[in-house]
Parts: sequence; structure tokens; C-alpha cells
Amino acid sequence: MAETIVLSVKGLNVYYGDFLAVKDVNMDIKRESVTALIGPSGCGKSTYLRCLNRMNDLIMGASVQGQVLFENRNIYDSDVDATEIRSRIGMVFQKPNPFPKSIYQNIAFGLRVNGFSGDMDEAVEKSLRQAALWDEVKDRLNDSAFALSGGQQQRLCIARALAVEPEVVLMDEPASALDPIATLAIEDLVRELKKTYTIVIVTHNMQQAARVSDETAFFMVGEDRSGYLVEQDDTQKIFTNPTHQRTEEYITGRFS
Amino acid sequence: MSQEKFGKTGINPNRKLRKVVGASVYILFLLSTCVGIVGLAILIFDVLDKGIPWLNWQFITDYPSRKPEEAGLFSALMGTIWLMFMTALFTVPIGVSAAIYLEEYAPKNLLTRIIEINVSNLAGVPSIVYGLLGMSIFVYQFGSDEMFLDRVLIAGALTLSLLVLPIVILASRESIRAVPDSYRQGAYAMGADKWQVIKGVVLPSAFPGILTGTILAMSRAIGEAAPVIAITALVYITYIPKHPFERFTVLPIQIFNWVARPQDDFRSLAAAGIIVLLVMLLTMNAIAVVLRNKYQSRSEE
Repeated sequence: MAETIVLSVKGLNVYYGDFLAVKDVNMDIKRESVTALIGPSGCGKSTYLRCLNRMNDLIMGASVQGQVLFENRNIYDSDVDATEIRSRIGMVFQKPNPFPKSIYQNIAFGLRVNGFSGDMDEAVEKSLRQAALWDEVKDRLNDSAFALSGGQQQRLCIARALAVEPEVVLMDEPASALDPIATLAIEDLVRELKKTYTIVIVTHNMQQAARVSDETAFFMVGEDRSGYLVEQDDTQKIFTNPTHQRTEEYITGRFS
Repeated sequence: MSQEKFGKTGINPNRKLRKVVGASVYILFLLSTCVGIVGLAILIFDVLDKGIPWLNWQFITDYPSRKPEEAGLFSALMGTIWLMFMTALFTVPIGVSAAIYLEEYAPKNLLTRIIEINVSNLAGVPSIVYGLLGMSIFVYQFGSDEMFLDRVLIAGALTLSLLVLPIVILASRESIRAVPDSYRQGAYAMGADKWQVIKGVVLPSAFPGILTGTILAMSRAIGEAAPVIAITALVYITYIPKHPFERFTVLPIQIFNWVARPQDDFRSLAAAGIIVLLVMLLTMNAIAVVLRNKYQSRSEE
């Protein structure tokens, strides 16, 4: 499998109003791999993640400079439709956020808004299987999604994101609201999913980054409170022999 | 005593007086509460006492009559039901649409702020003002021969729509605002556009709250007498309107008519009419409360 670049970020600045939240990020994200974004609170890693599928369009006052090339096309070009980008670059959030609908309808919703006309039952089953949730919910697809445990809800949200067959899945601390066992289930799932999807995952948990990711990008907050990318490399290298001293200090827990 | 004990100068706790004052205000507050409750109890007792003997099936199904023993409020009851459903028909789409605009689309600027404040203020305008407004617009302006609008049902419904629209807008906005933003985010993240997010996620979640607000608004509408008096001119109706362009009467007006008669029997009929109206209103409010509780317990899951 050739390592191809699916997302290429060039000189990305993110502003909230006048405030420069993320400064000059350059990053390549490889296809069918897991890229972890780590760094202290407030370093802009979640903000940055939201820029990769234009979710930050929804935040009032947020604006972006620079380029995010997805298949050689800047997703911020004026002729690009944000809904198309989001259906191809999906997102899973920090807190499980299933809709107040049945398990089945949670998944069917995304398919419907994207004009899916195939066999809905089959598509729902496929997504739930991919998210390793099928066996647990196959007998109660019409139950409310709120009847599921937190970990199951999060896997439902992953299934929901996968249903529209994105190429990339962005995950914003997907396990931070879950207990350790549910967290491990999510991590197993992430490792499984990278066979077919490209995953970018923000995490506060360094062991998690080490366990699931192929590449790790370390973000820091500068003196001006703007976040910036310190370095990005193989996860192995970042955790054993990082180039920058700040990375090493962060990894070894000397600050957080 | 305590003065001597602590030996502080200039401090006089005066505990005896404070106790008396504390007990007095307690009694004052209790009595104030009782005034309202006792007033209501007397009213209900009086109405039940006078009205119950007159309350029977024939009273519900008969038309008004000059003889009290043959009189009923069927035309008024049907008029009220007509009016309520037509008002809902006008109010719900417009009110919900306005609420969606204000919550989901409107930019947060001075103009929107002014609109918001005015919508809230409109909810407090006396109902007779709406009645006169409705009369001058719907009855007289549109009431030409070509438009067929006169003192008819549709004019009444449009007038009451103006009256309750602010209530429906406010209630709908509140329920739309209560939809967690994470639902919207989740839907956007799957490639939904704004209208798909609203239609597929926001409105279904807000629906119970909107329904509750609408029911409460409708119960306000059917209890109103003043605006309908301005529209109908207290007409004596002995038929059920078959379409929205017929003249009509409603329960509060029928009650008003009977109260205005000198004979005691008609006053008792009025009491019976009040019972019917109260039962309708309390039923609607109860449905609204049940819906609200169901909605709350569901969103807490």
C-alpha cells in the first residue's frame, strides 16, 4: 500500500475574531493511517481539527487563512460546498451526541440527508458492524439511542459517521467522557478502522496516542497564546526520541 | 440579657420585638396567599352551586333559546372549537417559522434584538386592543363585498392569531433554544445543510415544547371574550358555522349574554356555561402539563 497524502495543510492560520488561535500549521495526513494530535489544553488542537472539515464555519467569528488540500483541492475555495466536505470528512465529538431518535434512525439520518437510495437496512447493519456495535444492538434497533451506555453511544456516533462513507474521520477526544473499558473498545475500533479510513484523533491521553496512532503531531501554546505545531513524526519516534525538547518535556510529563 | 452577657456597647439585639415582627409578617404573607385561594374557591363554589343543576346533555347539545329550560350552548361550543382550530392553523406555521428564523437564522444584531423585545412586549398588549385592531383590519378593511370578509369566523381566527402569535413564538423559541447544540453539530458533521439540520434534528426535539406552548396559547385564545366581542358584535346565533365565512359565537360571549339577562335562571345558565368553559381550559392545560413532564423526563435520560 503506497503511502499517499489525503489531506495536506499549508500555512493554516485560524482566528476567532482578531485573536490568532492557531498559527501557521503545515501538515500532511497519510491515507489509511491514524494521526494523533496531542498537546496541552488551549493549544488549539481541537480548533485545528474542526478546520479540517469546515466545522469551524459554524462558530461565529471564526475564520481561516491558508489551505487545506483534500485531493488537491482547497476545501476553503469559494466554489467548495461545506456539506460535501463534511460528508466526506466525518467527525466524532468529545461527548457522545446521538440524536434523540432510535438507534436505526440515528444512522439512517446521515444517509437520508445525503440522498441515499439503496437498501437502508443493509446500510445500517453495515455501519453498526463496522463500529463493532451490531451484536449488542441488533435486537433493539428501534430503541432510543439514549438507552445505550456511554461507550455504546459513542460507537453509535462512530457508526453514524461511517454510514455516509467518508474517506477521513476526525475524532475530537472520542474517549475522554468514557470509562476505561469503553475507552479500550474505542481504541480497538480505531485500530480496526484505519484499514479502510484515514483517522485524525485529538487526545489528551498520551498512552492512547501511543497505542492507536501511526503518526503524532505535537501542538503547543506560544507566548502570544496562539497554538502552533511543534513537530509531527512517526509516533514511535515522537515517544522515544523527539526532535524538540518541548515535545520530550511534555511526553515525559514535565508540564501539561 | 444578652447585652449584659457580652457586655458590648451600642448593640441592642431586641430579640423580643424581632420575634413579634417575624411572626406578624408570616401571618401577613399567609393571609395574602389565602385571599387569592379563597377568592378562587368562592368563585368555583358559587359557579358549581348555581350551574350544576342546569348542566346536562341537553344543555350541551341545544341551541340558545328564550326559555331557560330549553337553552343550550351548542352553537357557542362549536364556534369555540372552530375558532380554536382555525387559530391554531394560522398561528402554528407562522409562529414556528418566526421562531425558527429568530433562533436559527437571524444574525445577532440590534435589529433582531429590537424584534425580539417587541415580540415579548406584544404578548402583554391588552386583548381588547387586538380585538379593535382585528375589527378595523379584517372586518372593515377586507370586509368589502368582493372579499366576503365580515364579522365571520375567519376574521375572529385571524384576530385571535394576532393575539396569541407572540405566545407561540416565545414558547417555540424557548423549545428550539433548549435543543442541545451537540445535536446540530452531529448533524452538520454528516454533511447535512442548515434546513436538513433544522427539519431532521432541531424541530423533532423541539416539537413537544412547541406543542405545549401552542396548547397553552389556544387555551388563552378560547377564554378571551373582549376581542371576539369586537369582532362578532355579540350576535345571537342559533346555528353551527359550516365554513369559515359564516358568523359565529363562542362560549365566553354566550356566557356574557346570559349574565346580562335579568332573569335568575339565565344567570344559572351562565354558571353552567362557565363550568363547560373551565373544563375545556383545564383539560387543555392538563394535557400541556402532561406533555411537558413527559418531555422533561425524556430529555433527562
